[in-house]
Amino acid sequence: MKVSDLVDELGLTVYSGAKGLDREITGGYVSDLLSDVMGNSREGQVWITLQVHQNVMAIASLKDLAAVVLVNNFQPHENTIRHSNDENIPVLGTCLPTFEITGKFYQLFKQ
Amino acid sequence: MKLTFSIQGSDFTHAGYPSSEVKKVLKQLDIDGKTIKKIVIALYEAEVNVVAHAWKGTATIEIEENKISMLLEDEGPGIPDIDLAMQAGYSTASKEVRDMGFGAGMGLPNMKKNSDELIIESEVGKGTKVKMVNYF
Repeated sequence: MKVSDLVDELGLTVYSGAKGLDREITGGYVSDLLSDVMGNSREGQVWITLQVHQNVMAIASLKDLAAVVLVNNFQPHENTIRHSNDENIPVLGTCLPTFEITGKFYQLFKQ
Repeated sequence: MKLTFSIQGSDFTHAGYPSSEVKKVLKQLDIDGKTIKKIVIALYEAEVNVVAHAWKGTATIEIEENKISMLLEDEGPGIPDIDLAMQAGYSTASKEVRDMGFGAGMGLPNMKKNSDELIIESEVGKGTKVKMVNYF
């Protein structure tokens, strides 16, 4: 599954990093604690979070994550968008809360 | 090869820059991917600790044939009880830092888990020295 498939299937907003939409997804990680994501996420995962500042992109890039999904209609900071475009790692958005978007993603991914 | 970076306290906008540069160099040197991942986690956490707690600091990275040595020296409040600081979940981070998703007391445990050697020396009111070594 590619990031673009996730965008289409779940109706996600693409805020930035559109050049990375063809990244392959290996799974997902859900956390708002940055050290948790730093320590435990794996390459190619989609990270679902409510954190919107640019350190999110530093971690996504260092960990080679496939994309970041912001929940609850949270908007990325300007620096986050810039970093996302530089690294070609998409920042996506949904109006759904974490529980619901994670459930939908999980179901889709396990198909 | 030696790389030196200066780190400014409270400047979260540049946190991760040294780690990112080191990652690029290690990739060019064709170091094993798993080893790079561990080094990047350990260095990033050490960087964030300087940004979150200290006034300023430096990261000196030395890459040799069989190992990487990472020395982070800061001028800051220091750590009164290192054993306590090493405990998972223990943190003295400010509310502001916690709101960003840092300061969950996972940084030092992440550094220990992902480095082959970790030495911490600290003097209260002066600063902290962290040395980490990873072998290739």
